[in-house]
Amino acid sequence: MEYFLELFLGGLTRGSIYALIALGYTMVYGIIQLINFAHGEIYMIGAFTALIIASVLTVAGFNQIAIILIAAMVAIIYSSAYGYTVEKIAYKPLRHAPRLSALISAIGMSLFLQNYVLLAQTSDFLPFPSLIPEFEFIKPYSHIIRSSEIVIFIVTAIVMVLLTFLIKFTKIGKAMRATAQDREMAMLTGVDVNRVISVTFIVGSGTAAIGGVLIASHIGQINFYIGFLAGLKAFIAAVLGGIGSIPGAVLGSLILGCTESFFTGYVSSDYEDVFAFLFLVTVLIFRPAGILGRSDTEKV
Amino acid sequence: MITFDEIKKSFMVCLWFMFLTFPIMVIRVNTVSNVIEWRWERLFIVGIGSFILSFIWRFALKKTQGDTKKAESEQSGHASFGQRVLKEPKIYIPAITIFAVFAILFPFIFSMYQINIMTTALIYVVIALGLNIVVGLAGLLDLGYVAFYAVGAYTYALLNYHFGINFWLVLPIGAAMGALFGIILGFPVLRLRGDYLAIVTLGFGEIIRLIMENWNEFSFGPSGIANIPKPGFFGVQFSLQSSAVYLYFLMIVMTIITVFVVTRLENSRIGRAWIALREDEIACQAMGIDIRKTKLTAFALGATWAGMGGVIFAAKTTFINPASFTFWESVIILCVVVLGGMGSIMGVILGAMTLILLPEYLRVFSEYRLLIFGAVLVLMMVFRPGGIVSNVRRKYKFQEHEG
Repeated sequence: MEYFLELFLGGLTRGSIYALIALGYTMVYGIIQLINFAHGEIYMIGAFTALIIASVLTVAGFNQIAIILIAAMVAIIYSSAYGYTVEKIAYKPLRHAPRLSALISAIGMSLFLQNYVLLAQTSDFLPFPSLIPEFEFIKPYSHIIRSSEIVIFIVTAIVMVLLTFLIKFTKIGKAMRATAQDREMAMLTGVDVNRVISVTFIVGSGTAAIGGVLIASHIGQINFYIGFLAGLKAFIAAVLGGIGSIPGAVLGSLILGCTESFFTGYVSSDYEDVFAFLFLVTVLIFRPAGILGRSDTEKV
Repeated sequence: MITFDEIKKSFMVCLWFMFLTFPIMVIRVNTVSNVIEWRWERLFIVGIGSFILSFIWRFALKKTQGDTKKAESEQSGHASFGQRVLKEPKIYIPAITIFAVFAILFPFIFSMYQINIMTTALIYVVIALGLNIVVGLAGLLDLGYVAFYAVGAYTYALLNYHFGINFWLVLPIGAAMGALFGIILGFPVLRLRGDYLAIVTLGFGEIIRLIMENWNEFSFGPSGIANIPKPGFFGVQFSLQSSAVYLYFLMIVMTIITVFVVTRLENSRIGRAWIALREDEIACQAMGIDIRKTKLTAFALGATWAGMGGVIFAAKTTFINPASFTFWESVIILCVVVLGGMGSIMGVILGAMTLILLPEYLRVFSEYRLLIFGAVLVLMMVFRPGGIVSNVRRKYKFQEHEG
């Protein structure tokens, strides 16, 4: 039972991180129907920036709390800036091009960013400082749950609530929903679509950066390649839940995280990624629109 | 003319990129000794580089937009210069003769190193032509194409290891295995379109690689399979030097066969069905084309070439392991197709030659190879979505009667 609980909580942690990344995918997809392939790289850049800033601050002699807050803030700012720039360079000129072109451009951007970090930094795994302190009250349960896992749940929950608020109740959220429904009609009613798309990329990249910082300090090491698999898994989660739907992304992420965790715990850890892909294929065959996605028939 | 406004804009771009690349380019942390290295000179390089590039970017963007407008307003019918050259027998017959003579003389003029590189490039031509069927003609973005390549390579390696079957027997088996896996992949993804299809194929490619990596009893895991024999010629085994030349000629023959088959396919009934599928799936269905069959044949035929390419690859390198079949290998093959011009055979050949040969000769840039590939993919999509040699669509025009 204890093993089950450990796997379950581990799965929820994993799922929360997937959710933070999957949100960026799903928001971007909802608005411009593009798989932002470079999104995993944005997450990786967030983790790298946090590592660099945290190291600089440690050498400069700041205290723990200040390091966490500043490193996370800078990581979010930089990831958002990268997300914004990637959109302006690789996607904006292709707004009216076939979707295949935009997807290829996104893959190119992903390859570029990965190698940019590889060349500018290093190809080795870098140890990531554990930014989250061990809490006292968690000590008796430390064999089941770590304090970084609790922080991950709480932060994810807060981000979800804020995001829901942003989309449901603010003016820009309304504009986002309008653009997602019908871009041309939104334009006619005076929505600045370019601005909406930029904001979507900024918000999505920011949440990815939060995920990057949290998981990096949970696992304790990063390299330039972490973005690829994490991005892929998050994308699978987004598709599972129904791409374009925000609650769907969260649900899909949690389901994927838990099933993966149980699979590694009870069956085999070698085939963890194989399982994730097979899971995706199976779900897509039976529910091509995902769990919460609505399947719309194409009109001619 | 460069106005003050543009300089101001570029200056802002330059500042923005200096800000953007600051932590990753400038600071480098040695996490073991906790020493921070500041590399300020890079900041200036980024600044100056982005300042100049932003001018080029803006100029190129303006030109591309102008071009598309011109192309739209101009009634089509004027084939591009490249297309006209290819149609003119006075030009292309001597050109082909020169190429043929060069291809035959090549191994006798250049060193073994050059021959090996050329053989690799030719393997890429063949598999890229295969991918061209799936992506270029049928418009199905396949990001796991390297899986079929792996299937071919492992078919040869394993059959040879266990049963000692020779290269020539395995070549058709590898092709058939490729086709079989193409169909296995094709079935579940029949209902998916566009982006979903891309992701599922990507997943499929990764599944094959991960199985090869983890199933030690079957595929010898990450350590791979070594000592794969090179192909012989009716029982004759060659020395190292002459077997490289032999493989080179083998690839030349393969390439010619592939080009021939693909050209014939393109203009066949099934080829037209693929193009129709690419242009509009629903309209294609309405015209009475069996979409399931069309998609499956595209996957199977594309995978066949990859399977054969894989067999030859295994024979050429004599060693294979799963690391040769990562997702980025698929992206490189895709890059070849896209750079050359999707759907255009001439373009794919040019693309393979440029992308595989250039990095070999520009050794200085070899570590920047993937960085440049990434940038090329983005820039090609933004500025020249048609590729180097864009494929002109067959158009029917009303001929006005004179008199």
